[in-house]
Amino acid sequence: MKEVVINPITRLEGHGKIVIVLDDAGNCVKGYLQIPELRGFEKFAVGRHAEDMPQITPRICGVCPTAHHMASTKTLDDLYKVEPPEPAKKIREMVYNIFMFEDHALHFYILAGPDFIVGPKAPKEERNVVGVIKKVGVEVGLRVIQTRKKLRKLIEMIAGKIVHPVFGLPGGISRPLTEEAVETAKKVSDEAVDFALFTYKVFKDVVLSNKEYVDLITSNAYTHQTYYMGLVDNKNRVNFYDGKIRIVSPRGVEYAKFDAHNYLEYIAEHVEPWTYIKFPYLRKIGWKGFIDGEDSGIMSVAPLARLNAADGMATPKAQEAYEEMYETLGGKPVHHTLANHWARVIEIIYAAERFRELAYDPDIASKNIRNLPTATPDVGIGVVEAPRGTLIHHYETDENGVIKKANLLVATQHNAARIALSIDKAARSLIRNGEINEGLLNMVEMAFRAYDPCHACGTHSLPGNMPLKIYIYNTEGQLLKTIDRT
Amino acid sequence: MDKPKIALYWCASCGGCEEAVVDLAEKILDVVNLVDIVFWPVAMDYKIEDVEKLPDGSITASFINGGIRLSEHEHVVKLLRRKSKLVIAYGACSAWGGVPGLANLYSREEIMRYVYHEAPTVENPEKIRPELKTKVEEKITLELPEFLPRLLPLDLVVDVDYYIPGCPPTPDVTWKAIETLLSGNLPPKGSVLGALDKSLCYECPLNDTKPEKVLIKEVKRPHEVIADPSKCLLTQGLVCLGPVTRGGCGALCIKAAMPCTGCFGPLDEVIDYGGKAISYFASIVDYTSEEEIEKALGKILDPMGVFYRYSLPASRLRGKIMLVER
Repeated sequence: MKEVVINPITRLEGHGKIVIVLDDAGNCVKGYLQIPELRGFEKFAVGRHAEDMPQITPRICGVCPTAHHMASTKTLDDLYKVEPPEPAKKIREMVYNIFMFEDHALHFYILAGPDFIVGPKAPKEERNVVGVIKKVGVEVGLRVIQTRKKLRKLIEMIAGKIVHPVFGLPGGISRPLTEEAVETAKKVSDEAVDFALFTYKVFKDVVLSNKEYVDLITSNAYTHQTYYMGLVDNKNRVNFYDGKIRIVSPRGVEYAKFDAHNYLEYIAEHVEPWTYIKFPYLRKIGWKGFIDGEDSGIMSVAPLARLNAADGMATPKAQEAYEEMYETLGGKPVHHTLANHWARVIEIIYAAERFRELAYDPDIASKNIRNLPTATPDVGIGVVEAPRGTLIHHYETDENGVIKKANLLVATQHNAARIALSIDKAARSLIRNGEINEGLLNMVEMAFRAYDPCHACGTHSLPGNMPLKIYIYNTEGQLLKTIDRT
Repeated sequence: MDKPKIALYWCASCGGCEEAVVDLAEKILDVVNLVDIVFWPVAMDYKIEDVEKLPDGSITASFINGGIRLSEHEHVVKLLRRKSKLVIAYGACSAWGGVPGLANLYSREEIMRYVYHEAPTVENPEKIRPELKTKVEEKITLELPEFLPRLLPLDLVVDVDYYIPGCPPTPDVTWKAIETLLSGNLPPKGSVLGALDKSLCYECPLNDTKPEKVLIKEVKRPHEVIADPSKCLLTQGLVCLGPVTRGGCGALCIKAAMPCTGCFGPLDEVIDYGGKAISYFASIVDYTSEEEIEKALGKILDPMGVFYRYSLPASRLRGKIMLVER
């Protein structure tokens, strides 16, 4: 029996490690993904003032702090049983869509861009953001940088800080928007919609017009039939900020639709001794190990899962793009992991359109942004869709709003089991009879990137490659071979 | 002349410090022109062996963010210390422990037990926990780095030359610190770079509305009031830590009508940030009798989270575990 170690794969808070075990015939028996990360937020939340949680929990992830800030703020609404005024809800949702847009766009251009815009088979020196800029033009490159800057500046104007926002409070937000912020929001939202549609055009021109890419997206190596989970509005359309959690089966049938308050009925977490990450699964189906299919409780989240779990998009251009994707890929649900990139572009359009709708809503300028809580706090549960999937916060407090218990289900966790499946499958299809195909590196990397695992922020392909290395050991622990990208 | 060699590394951080570097936006290209980045796991091929191969002291400066929480962090920062002329604690976590440092209020056992056994979603009848070594497929051993007994700030593990404050440091502060380092005119060891040497009030846009002597009758928690964004938050009863916190952030939170929580840390002469903050608040309560003072400050039910949010591991208290262990 041999052991193949890929260490470190990417940056998943510290770094992840992949181990692939081969049998005596040299075929893959099993793949492991190890996440060496633990800080204990759920425990040290205990004793804190509940109203500090929207500032404490974003420190889980500085790449998606707005997601934690918003999930936490909504949990406080629930904890204090206070409904924010309509304008406050709209401002929060607007900020949230700006954030989703910015985060997704960054991923598309900087992180995934090299795979698709430059090309999966392009020389690795070109498979980076510089290569992307070369392909789409310097002007576009600058537009990406400037758009990111403008959007982040706007969030800062409204939410205080961009990395670790501060404006969320139970019952609303901390202050009304300044006139400058209101005007900036309108202007930037127009640009955002243009940019989103432009991005869709780039995706179509570069990716969809290339049969090789489309074949890659639909290839079996990247396909898993799992459950899909996401937030939907009252018409079952994708919503990032609020709604009910909907889960569809691998056949695309609604399996469950529930209020976040009932999450414990549906979701459980499994613990393995070889990783610090916990694996959420569907409680009623049960943990059946790392296998896909309808009888396995493994589910998936993030862009593709959200689109699969919904019936459509709530804005017109996004809806058109949604229909186009499912027509091209042969109906719902789509099980191809790499279609996440496509789904992400559709969500970029939705985020931009929703941002513009809200920016032009007169309520955004309203001074009525807060209802003070009067109820005694006890339990609060809140949910949002983070860029990387469903994010649930759950706090229990004493009568003074001091946390007694906290539970956090973070987006990347929900995908952990499916990511393990992807690695397993890539290894199985590429490692035969002891032959380690060097293409495994690309395959694993691309499978991994499609999920955009949390913290694998857009920055990581600045100079080029995801750090990947495979070590092949025999059972005696002797290093037989190293495959490296450099 | 060779360009200065720079390394960037993260420990128990959230990635926000990395975002802060990327938020330098166009300026990052200037940085890339001025220095050679030899190690940056988030952005570059991870080559710890390459760092090992470098002569000792050959890296001009290592910027390290995040507290030391896993055995692996300890290993890498010791390596970087050996290879670097300067080690810079970048951000609140590295400088004083940061928000994840609040974990020092609980033992490792309590954290592991809650996260893997007791959390309401966990289904774990066999009480499995992550182990340093796990045998799988009969003969293969999978290893994990150790979750250390407590989180430590960087300077309790290696010698630190400079500090760049903030959670995270703003792009402006980062840029100023880089300029100082590149100027060749290095400040004394232990200096804080990029920020002000005055308190946040000094640059706060609401400072004009702050009376010379602030006196408060009652502390209010942020969820209890709708703050007037044009008036000193302290005078509205909110626990704004501006008076005891280093300036330089641009008063971002206060502009959003939220009080300063102290992420830029203490001013030069202060040893224990939280202690300083508590003593400041005790001094502005407009009562003389002990019962009245207690009543006025009684709303603060979590002094650790309020006053030591970013600095517990570096404080005189260090955390609860230390007390128990001793």
